[in-house]
Order: sequence, then structure tokens, then C-alpha cells
Amino acid sequence: MDKAIKRYFPVFVLPTLAAFTMGFIAPFLVGVYLSFCKFTTINDAKFVGVVNYTKVFTDATFVHALWYTALFTIVSVVLINFFAFVAAMLLTRKIKGTNLFRTVFFMPNLIGGIILGYVWNLLLNGILLQFNKTLTYSSVYGFWGLVILMCWQQIGYMMIIYIAGIQNIPGDLVEAAKIDGANSWDILKNVTIPMVMPSITICTFLTLTNGFKLYDQNLALTNGEPSNMSEMLALNITNTFYGRAGWEGVGQAKAVIFFILVAVIALAQNRFTRSKEVQQ
Amino acid sequence: MSEKKKTIDNVLTLIFSLLSLLYLFPIALVVINSFKKKAYISKRPFSIPSGKSFVGFENYLNGIEKTGFFSAFGWTLFITIFSVAAIILCTSMCAWYISRVKNTFTNMLYYLCLFSMIVPFQMVMFPLSKIANMLGLSTPWGLIVVYLGFGAGLSVFMFTGFVKSIPLEIEEAAMIDGCTPIHTFFDVVLPIMKPTCVTVAILQTMWIWNDYLLPYLTLNMKKYKTISIAVQYLRGGYGSIDMGAMMGVLVLAIIPIVIFYLACQKYIIEGVVAGAVKG
Repeated sequence: MDKAIKRYFPVFVLPTLAAFTMGFIAPFLVGVYLSFCKFTTINDAKFVGVVNYTKVFTDATFVHALWYTALFTIVSVVLINFFAFVAAMLLTRKIKGTNLFRTVFFMPNLIGGIILGYVWNLLLNGILLQFNKTLTYSSVYGFWGLVILMCWQQIGYMMIIYIAGIQNIPGDLVEAAKIDGANSWDILKNVTIPMVMPSITICTFLTLTNGFKLYDQNLALTNGEPSNMSEMLALNITNTFYGRAGWEGVGQAKAVIFFILVAVIALAQNRFTRSKEVQQ
Repeated sequence: MSEKKKTIDNVLTLIFSLLSLLYLFPIALVVINSFKKKAYISKRPFSIPSGKSFVGFENYLNGIEKTGFFSAFGWTLFITIFSVAAIILCTSMCAWYISRVKNTFTNMLYYLCLFSMIVPFQMVMFPLSKIANMLGLSTPWGLIVVYLGFGAGLSVFMFTGFVKSIPLEIEEAAMIDGCTPIHTFFDVVLPIMKPTCVTVAILQTMWIWNDYLLPYLTLNMKKYKTISIAVQYLRGGYGSIDMGAMMGVLVLAIIPIVIFYLACQKYIIEGVVAGAVKG
């Protein structure tokens, strides 16, 4: 059977392969190469070695964006997963209106980051106006504004995944625990959480990478103001590319570092939470 | 126990109802402000439009004119529908092939797809936009190819995950009955894969419809805009935003999504769950 299929390579694989090469493989390789070059377009690239990389770490805005992003990601991962899990626990008790609540909480996910950014721009600026401040008054406001926005957007999504995980726990497992005299706290700690560990793995992975790669919401909510102080990594890199002439190479070097960071974090997280999963 | 549980559940219903209202508040606020005069929006965002501040649909007309909203809407729809269709068709075929023909090449392709899922867009954005430009793909038609390429990773991964669970015997039976691989795929394999197609379609639609940076960098902005680009376009130089037009466009951008969501809610939520479990 293999052989019969094999002859159809051009039909089955070629379209995807061609687009994938053009849309991912080639840009990735060119991107790695360009990070060692000085250039304004691809054609005029001149090899300059590691100069771009040394410049990256003398760029104070990048170092600031790195810490800002890291802090934002930690805070948002913890808050989103905590609230999503609590909401999922409460909504699996079969209370009245569960479907409606689920519908409402999930909705923000379908609205694009740019649009959400401006929606919250209006609301948060309106609230801060009562105190004669604006979102761009200090990066602290931008930070918490973004955290609130991301919680509002993602809690519903993660909640859906947790609900599915909780509903998958076999009922007799909980029954057995009850017969053994476990109270609700014991059941939560020793039955529910270990059993939904796969959901926790996925949700931390999604919130972690979403937080790290955040761009649209950052752009629309504060655009990095005041003076790049609320700028996250993705925005910093994009601004280096398209906002500072002559810095394209540094921008690409930043992007390579960014990629390695995301890859390492994603793999480490995956390994860590997978090791906590139990066999069913 | 049942009395006590009932009381707790009623209290919970109440709390969640309040939370739901709070959840919808930001969007309601935008709708309210979309009927107010520009100056009142930033000065008194929480007041109800009345008398002097009420402007009817002026903000909407203004926003539509400034951004070319309907053309942006049309192009976004065009790009999303055809990109998602292309992704489903091409990557499901590719995924079937690489799970059925095992060799170093297909193995490598699979791992490359996995790898591409963790690469952030900033890593490839500059070369990608230049390559797309050079190949003349700066149009909505070209963007379909770009989306197929950049979205292939996740889709191939999800389809291969599913193909592994299809018993080989079914396909072998079809082949013995004289089906060519193309017939086997379209008449036997693809119908079985329908649930995965729905999942992939939903995840990709959520991404492509809302995507900002990729179309912003690749599209020829003089001719084509998407909704996200049109909204961002209203932020002129140095933070001066026409709040009136902005509110109008925001409402127009949100309405179709909400309608789509309420119509296909069941599939969307199931799709997200299925996608998460496999991812």
C-alpha cells in the first residue's frame, strides 16, 4: 500500500511542503543568517559576525522589555489559571445558568487583540480619569491594565479546558474517596488536581506562550508608552525593526534570542508538568 | 445536605450572574459610547448619551468612511475562508501521506511541523514579509499561501494525531477494491476525519480572522486592509485617536463575531477542547 501512495507525493505533500518552505523554513533560516548581518533588505545583507548580539544587551529598552515580559507572564499565568480553575470547579456543580455563564466567559476569546486593546483602553482610561491619571501615566498602570485585559480574555478559554478535564474524572473515583472518609479538601488535593494534571499542563503552556508572545494587546492598549516603559518583547522587537533605521540586524538578533527563550521555556514547562501527570 | 447545597448553589448562581454582567460591561460601554459625540467619549465615558452628547449613527458613518470598513470586512472574510479551506485540504492530505509513508523525509517533515509551532512570529516576520513581497504575494490571494505555510505546523500535527487512530484495514479494503489513493483519501479517510477538520477550522479561523501583524507586514496596505488593520489605522500619528470613529468601528467589528459565536457556539467550544487535548 505504501508504494501506491508514494507515487502521489506531488498531490498530497507538495502544496503544503511548498507553502511551508516559503512561509516557515526559508524565512526561519534566512532569519538566523540575517541576525549575523547588517542589512536593510535581504539583498544587501553584509556579514558582520556577532556584533548584533552584543548590541542587543547594551540596549536598555530590550533588557527592560525582557523583565517586564517575564514579570507580566508570571503574574498572568498564575492569575488566569487560578481563576479559570476555580470557575471550572464551581461551574461543574451543575448550578442554574451554567451554560449561559460559560458562553459569556468564553466570548472575549473570539475578539481580536487589537479590538480588545481599544475596548479596554476606553474603560481603563475612563476609570483612571476619576483620579486624573491615564493608562500611559506610568508603566505600572499599563502593566496591570494588560494583566486585567488578558485575564478577562483568557479565563474563559482555560476554564473550558479545565471543565472538560474535571468532567472526565470517573465518578467512582470520587465516590471511593468519600467512602474512605476524605473531605472536600482531600478530594481536591488528592483526586481532582492529579486527575486534571493534563489540563493544567496544556493551560499553563498556552498562557505561558501567549503571555510571552503578546503583541496585539500591548500595541493597542499602551503602545509601549510612556517612553517604551510598558513595552513587551514582541513589541520591542517589532519597533526595533521598523522604527529604528539601521537597527534591522539587531532586531533580528533580538528575535533569535526571543525564539530561543520561548523554546526553552516551552520545553522546560512541558517536561515539568508532564512529570506530575498520573497514569489513568 | 440537599437544603444546604441548594442555598450554596443559588448564591453561586447569583454571584456568577453578577460576574457575567461585569464581564459584558466593557463591550456595553463601547456600544454606549459609540452614540456619543467625540469630545464626550474621553471626558465622560460613563455617562449615558443624551441631548447634546447624542449623535445617532454619525460615529459609525464617520468610522466606515475613514477606514473603508466594508472593504476591510470583505477582505478579512475572503482571506479567512479561503486560507482555512486551503489549510484543511492541503494539510489533511499531507498529514495522511506522512503517517502512511514512513521514511526519513516524512519523519523530518513531521518534526519540522512540531518545531514550527513554538517559533514566535517575530523570528520570521522580516524575511517572511520580504519573501512574500518578492514572490508577489502581497495580495489577499497571496496571503492564503502565506497562511497555509505558516499555519501548516499546528494543522499537520493535529491531523497526524488523528490519522494514527484510523484502522489501516479500512483503507486497505478500499485499495483492494481498486480505489486509487486519491479516491481512498477523499471517499474514505476524509469523511472519518471530519471532527478534526472542524477543530482545525475553528482554531485557524480564530487566529486568521484576528491576526494583525502578518497581514500588516505582507499586504499592500494602499489597496487592501483587514479589520484589525483598519482599527489600528485609526490611531493616527502620536496617539491621537478619533474616539468617535473608533467606537463605531469597534462595535461593527465585534457584532459579526458575536453573531458567529452564538450561532456556532457548540462547535467552537468543542473544537477548542478537542484542540487542547491533542495539543
